Amino acid sequence: MPIDPTAVYREMGLNDAEYRQIVETLGREPTYTEIGMYAVMWSEHCGYKYSRPVLRLFAEYKKAQESGALENAGVVPLGDTGWGVVFKMESHNHPSAVEPYQGAATGVGGILRDIFTMGARPVANLDSLRFGPLTDARNRYLFEHVVAGVGGYGNCVGVPTVGGEIYFHPCYSGNPLVNAMSVGIVPMGGIASAKASGVGNPVLYVGSATGRDGIHGATFASVELTEESEAKRPNVQVGDPFTEKLLIEATLEALATGRIVGIQDMGAAGLTCGTCEMAAKGDLGMDIDVLKVPRRESGMTPYEVMLSESQERMLAVVAKGHEEEVAAVFRKWGLQAAFIGHVTGTGRVVVREGDDVVAADVPARSLADDCPTYYLDAAEPAYIARVRNADLSNLSEPDDYNTVLLRLLSSPTIASKRWVWEQYDTMVQTQTEVLPGEGDAAVLALREAGGRRIALTTDCNPRYCYLDPFVGAQIAVAEAARNLSCVGARPAAVTDCLNFASPEKPEGFWQFRRAVEGMAQACDAFGTPVISGNVSFYNETPDGAIYPTPTVGMLGIFDENVEPVGLAFKNDGDLIYLLRPQGSENESGLGGSEYLSLIHGREEGTPPRLELDAERRVQEVVRKAVAAGLLHSAHDCSDGGAAVALAECAMAGNKGAEVRFAVTDFGDQPWSTILFGEAQSRVLVSVRPGDDQNALLDLAEGAGIEAVFVGQVKSAERFDAAGLLDLPLARLRDAYENAIPRAMGEK
Amino acid sequence: MNGGAARVGVIVLPGSNCDTDAGNAAREVMGAEPVYLWHESRDLQGVDAVIVPGGFSYGDALRAGAIARFAPLMDSVARFAEQGGLVLGICNGFQILCEAGLLPGALARNEGLRFVCRHVYLRVENAETPFTAHYRPGEVLKVPIAHGEGRFTCDEATCERLQAENRIVFRYCEPDGRVTQDANPNGSVHNIAGIVGGPRNNVLGMMPHPERASSCGLGSEDGRRLFTSLQAGLVGRADVRA
Repeated sequence: MPIDPTAVYREMGLNDAEYRQIVETLGREPTYTEIGMYAVMWSEHCGYKYSRPVLRLFAEYKKAQESGALENAGVVPLGDTGWGVVFKMESHNHPSAVEPYQGAATGVGGILRDIFTMGARPVANLDSLRFGPLTDARNRYLFEHVVAGVGGYGNCVGVPTVGGEIYFHPCYSGNPLVNAMSVGIVPMGGIASAKASGVGNPVLYVGSATGRDGIHGATFASVELTEESEAKRPNVQVGDPFTEKLLIEATLEALATGRIVGIQDMGAAGLTCGTCEMAAKGDLGMDIDVLKVPRRESGMTPYEVMLSESQERMLAVVAKGHEEEVAAVFRKWGLQAAFIGHVTGTGRVVVREGDDVVAADVPARSLADDCPTYYLDAAEPAYIARVRNADLSNLSEPDDYNTVLLRLLSSPTIASKRWVWEQYDTMVQTQTEVLPGEGDAAVLALREAGGRRIALTTDCNPRYCYLDPFVGAQIAVAEAARNLSCVGARPAAVTDCLNFASPEKPEGFWQFRRAVEGMAQACDAFGTPVISGNVSFYNETPDGAIYPTPTVGMLGIFDENVEPVGLAFKNDGDLIYLLRPQGSENESGLGGSEYLSLIHGREEGTPPRLELDAERRVQEVVRKAVAAGLLHSAHDCSDGGAAVALAECAMAGNKGAEVRFAVTDFGDQPWSTILFGEAQSRVLVSVRPGDDQNALLDLAEGAGIEAVFVGQVKSAERFDAAGLLDLPLARLRDAYENAIPRAMGEK
Repeated sequence: MNGGAARVGVIVLPGSNCDTDAGNAAREVMGAEPVYLWHESRDLQGVDAVIVPGGFSYGDALRAGAIARFAPLMDSVARFAEQGGLVLGICNGFQILCEAGLLPGALARNEGLRFVCRHVYLRVENAETPFTAHYRPGEVLKVPIAHGEGRFTCDEATCERLQAENRIVFRYCEPDGRVTQDANPNGSVHNIAGIVGGPRNNVLGMMPHPERASSCGLGSEDGRRLFTSLQAGLVGRADVRA
């Protein structure tokens, strides 16, 4: 009985026009294997068919796309050390929604491979995670197992998980976000290529054997989650961090032989992606035999072998004549190494099954580069006008500000994430100088690069992005840069993970486009190009879409001999100043605030105003003050406002504080706004009275930045603010430290 | 040692991931030359001391350390230890030394069932071993742990023997040195964090990571003196080389 191709390609996610394009390219009907290969490569996940036109707003992306140098990740030079930093962030949302442990673990594994496939040694991981409220059992299950999966994988491979963020919001119920970021370092001249070259060069398959897991994982990531998603559990790959660790060591050792001319990991779309992308980049072809591919199951068809997303596999092109030298390195590490084909000059990927059967014969560039691009309709969602016009002027003042502060501190989004980070090895490689909870960003001193320090952070407040994706995305960039500046690092470059709803709905696409526009503008302003990234659409369940979540991962580089600064108050008697742009005393920062949501149950208004130039100048003052050794602590005001930030500094330093806000410094706004509003571009610093204090004030004045005196660090274990807040540190700590353990039923 | 830098062997098993950290500490603190020893060889290359580093050897398959003890190199390590050579097992290295029978007891799953990475406090119970001579008895150290299977456990008789022979080297304690249940991060019997064995107390196994507390900037330098003690211990033991 003849098979109806229409049903086959539609099931795999191709539309009729795309299918016609394939038939035209091939000059015939595609085989079953070929339909599968096109379907994954032309999915949004691999082909970026909806996002590409918008991503061109990122200058570096556009440049790379035009020069054909869109590699797996960009490289940032680490001063004049001769070393470069590569980093990238990627989503593993859908797999984590149905199988949280493996979904998260393989997310970490996949992003690590993107790094070491460039010849870089991974030195740090970060994870930006978002879940529904922990009051729901399913969300607790997802949270617990995602964290365990991140730890289980990262701990075993010996790469420290040094930071990240965790948000809780009902919009993520059933659709958690798992964005894994990895950072590596590579000698500037030693970056490995992902390009095939040299006709006749053998193609080497290394790593785990291929199984039936993860077939069409990329396609699965390119549709909304539904009740049937549970049935997609077999689409989720299974991770093996032990093999990954061997693969890291073996790959770096094999690259050092100089006999590998091109190498790429096999992640989404597996062998299909590996073969056609490498061939396309080199403008060459590849001829492989699936019978030579190591397998863990018998009876696999060419279709299954080509589409499997089994983890911990790499594809390399080896210089002819050096086959054994390279394969021996992988075998030494106990890994499979099989030569499965060779590079050709035909420009086609030919997939054979033995000598007689040709399962696929397609132009490599057609698969890798000719994915149709769609210019989708965008329409401002109806809710935007409603939230923008909400009147926040007549909110009732709370009766008791102590209670409000304690509630904010125990809101899981703000509360200490110790429960999470203690499950991660944050210290392996002995380079982590600022650990989670100690500063606004993680700091590493890179031994191989002569001890040069870098700082890392991930940021995105989804509530701001919901209210205004343009401003929200700008704030995500600004906050990331601010966090880096607070520890003393110069913001250098960005990776992003753009988590959105379905782009096929005009409202979803509008959110995406506005966010990218905002992010691109902010990145230009801070001089932090987007050098790598990932788009995750279709983050929707039958209950609704997630808030737009353009997660920003940012790298900062320290100038030589700058010592990092933490957020903890250090010395009794130090003076606390709030640095902020001049003329910003009337900014409320109420719209989209945690206070407004938690205490008043409203997610309305406009996000806090952000002025990019003023923000940049505040950050510069902070960095200069850190570099001059003036600051004992620096912490930015973000979720929960100044009161939460001050409480965090106090708890971290085990110091009390006596805060004396003058209402006139805040435009006579209500106390709730002064304490809990989230006005942007504000940093709390502590400084020794006298010379250091004067030097700081001079720096600020010279830059046109206001330094508002707000109080003093005290040894007394009390946190006392403006006569409105008066709590012993132990109460603060109980709320802040125990919120998540309590929510998890452990305290 | 016959002049020159000490040579400290660091065992490399598939899945070791603190091998370079240990080697770096040996170099940076002791001024030693780290010699990385591949698990398939039996040759200790004449090193002066051996570190069995942390990590997830063989992916912790079966049990942490259970497969590593069959590595050919471990036979040589056992002989070296029997002759009085200094052997330091850290974290997974401690697990391996127990599995290999070079130290008594076993490391079981943490009481809390989760991996735990954080700084803890240790009380020096025995400052007369080759690994602790530069500490004061009763001194409190801040050193990190990072493990999922670190609950030291042994039978009653072994425990009594360890105490009687003063072979408990470190116990988890409060910052002020009190040994309490709250200070015990994994449920180890008697808060035991590290023990010695071998003919001359020349084999130390410990779950905490002294190599992670050995350079400024890492939050503590309390681990340094373990390596300086080791260095001093080598000088007195010129007779034992691998």
